[in-house]
Amino acid sequence: MNKETAPIIESPSEFYNSRETIDGDIATINFGPTHPATHGIFQNILKVDGEKIISSEQTVGYIHRAFEKLAERRPYNQITPITDRLNYCSSPINNLGWHMTVEKLIQAEIPKRVQYMRVIIMELARIADHLICDSVVGVDTGALTSFFYPFQEREKIYELYEEICGARLTTNIGRIGGFERDFTPVFHTKLKAFLKSFPKVFNEWDSMLSRNRIFMDRTRGTGPISPERALAYGLTGPNLRAAGVDYDVRVMHPYSSYEDFDFIIPVGVNGDTYDRFMVRQEEIRQSLRIIEQAYGNLPEGEFKADVPDFYLPDKAAVYNNMEALIYHFKIVMGEMEIPSGEIYHSVEGGNGELGYYLISDGGRTPYRLQFRRPCFIYYQAYPEMITGQTISDAVITLSSMNVIAGELDA
Amino acid sequence: MLNNETLLTQLEALFPSDLSNADFSFDLLTVEVESSKLRTLIATLQKDDSLGFAFLTLIGGVHYPEDVDREFAVVYHIHSWKHKIRLRLKAFLPLSNPSIDSICDIYPSANWMERETYDFYGIIFTNHPDLRRILNEDSMDYFPLRKEYTLEDGTREDKDDRFFGRF
Repeated sequence: MNKETAPIIESPSEFYNSRETIDGDIATINFGPTHPATHGIFQNILKVDGEKIISSEQTVGYIHRAFEKLAERRPYNQITPITDRLNYCSSPINNLGWHMTVEKLIQAEIPKRVQYMRVIIMELARIADHLICDSVVGVDTGALTSFFYPFQEREKIYELYEEICGARLTTNIGRIGGFERDFTPVFHTKLKAFLKSFPKVFNEWDSMLSRNRIFMDRTRGTGPISPERALAYGLTGPNLRAAGVDYDVRVMHPYSSYEDFDFIIPVGVNGDTYDRFMVRQEEIRQSLRIIEQAYGNLPEGEFKADVPDFYLPDKAAVYNNMEALIYHFKIVMGEMEIPSGEIYHSVEGGNGELGYYLISDGGRTPYRLQFRRPCFIYYQAYPEMITGQTISDAVITLSSMNVIAGELDA
Repeated sequence: MLNNETLLTQLEALFPSDLSNADFSFDLLTVEVESSKLRTLIATLQKDDSLGFAFLTLIGGVHYPEDVDREFAVVYHIHSWKHKIRLRLKAFLPLSNPSIDSICDIYPSANWMERETYDFYGIIFTNHPDLRRILNEDSMDYFPLRKEYTLEDGTREDKDDRFFGRF
C-alpha cells in the first residue's frame, strides 16, 4: 500500500493538508468496516485533526462475491439472481435491466403491457430505494422516528413484489421476455390502496424533515460537490442531479416506454447532503406520477413476449406436460441458440446509471459480463467530499450518497 | 446532432491511421484503436467541445486466450450527453506486455475502474497514481477473470458439454 499517494483532491483539502506539516497533531481512525454508522461493510481510514478530516483512504471489497466470474459460468436465466444482490434495496430494477439486456441481444419484441408493467415495478423499486436512503439520512442526523414510518410504507411495496413474484428482498422478478403471470387481482387492490395512502404518509414524513430547522442546519453545506467534479468522478443518479446536472438515463436513452410518461427530473444546486435528500424526495413524487400514468393507461395484451426459446414455460405445464418440461430444462441449462454480439444496455437504477456490458459468443453462457455499478464509480469522490468536514458529517454524507455494499463490491 | 456514421467520419479525420474494425451493431459505434494512441484519442475527444464526450461510462477488460498477441482487450465506453451518443473504444494488448497508458488524469473516475481491470486481468495502466488491487486481497498472486481459471472443477463429468448436445 502506497501511503505517499494522496487522493486526487482539489481545493478544500489544501488548508488542512498544510496544517499536517505545521503541528503534526494528527490522529488516524478507522471508520468501518463494521461500524454501525457505515450501513454496510466498507472501511475508511480517516486522518483527523481534532474533529476535522484531513484525508481519507477507502478500502472496498469486503463482500466481493466474484459476480462477473460467476456470470461466465451461468446461462442467461440463472444470472438474474446474481443481479438481485447488486443493489439489494432496489433489486427489481437490476433484474429487469438484465432481462432487457438479453432481450436486446435476442431482439425480442416486447408487448406494450409488459413495458408498462415493468415501469410500474421499477418505479415502485425506486420509491423503496429512496425511502431507505432518505430515512437513513434522518437516522444519522438524530431522527430515529423518520426510520419507522417510511419502513411501514416500504413494507407495502415489498408486499406488492410478493404478489408478483413471491419474494421480497432478492426478488428475481420477471422473466426474460416478460413476466411469469399477469398482475393478480390482489396486486391491483394493494397497488390502488398504496397509491391512495402513500402520498399522505409521505408528505407527513417529508414535512417532518425537509423544512426542519435542525435537519437543514445539519445537512446544508455538508459533503458538497461541484457539478464539474461530479461529472469528472462519474457520479450518476440522484447524487449527480443534486449537484445540478440533469442526466437521467430514462430521458436520455428511454427504455421500456419511458418516453410515454410525463415527469420532471429534479436537480439540486449545491450538491450537498440536503440537496441529495431533497432530490430523492422529489424523485419519489415523480415516481408516483409515473406509476399513476402507467397504471392508468395499462394497455391490454399479453404479459409476455413471443419468444418460446427463452421465455420459461408455465409452471403448471412443466409439471404436467413433457414438452414444457423439456423446454424448461433446456432454457434453464442454456441450451438455446443465442446470437453472438456485444451489448451495452443501461437503466436508471436507484443510484444512477446501472449498465450491463454483455459479450456473447453464441455459447450457453456470456463470454463476458460486466456490470456498471454506479456506487463503485461514484464512491471514489467520497474522500474529496468529506475533506475539511467533521466526522459526523462524513457519516451523513456517506448515507446520503446511498453507497450500497452489494453494489460496491459486486 | 451526431449519429454513428458522422461520428466515425469525424474520428477518422482526427486519427486517420490508428482506427480499425469499426462496427455499428446494436446501434453503438465500436472502434478498435491502436493501444499506444488510445490515450491521445480519448484526451482529444474529451477536450473537443463540439463532440462533448465529457462522461466516462465504463472501463473493463476482456480476455481472448486464443488470439495470439491480442490476448487482452481493454474496452472503454464514453458518452456524449450533448449528442446523446455512446462510443465504445477497444484496445488490444499482447499477453507478453499487457500495458496501456492510464487515463486517470483525463477522467478521474477511471481511477478505480482501471484498478479493477488490473485486479481482474493484470493489465498494467502506466502512470496510474495508485495501481493496486481493489476488490480482491492484496496478497493474491493471480488474476481471476482470466480464462485459464475455470470456475468449476474441470474433472467433473456431469457437466460435460457432450451431454448437452454440444461438441
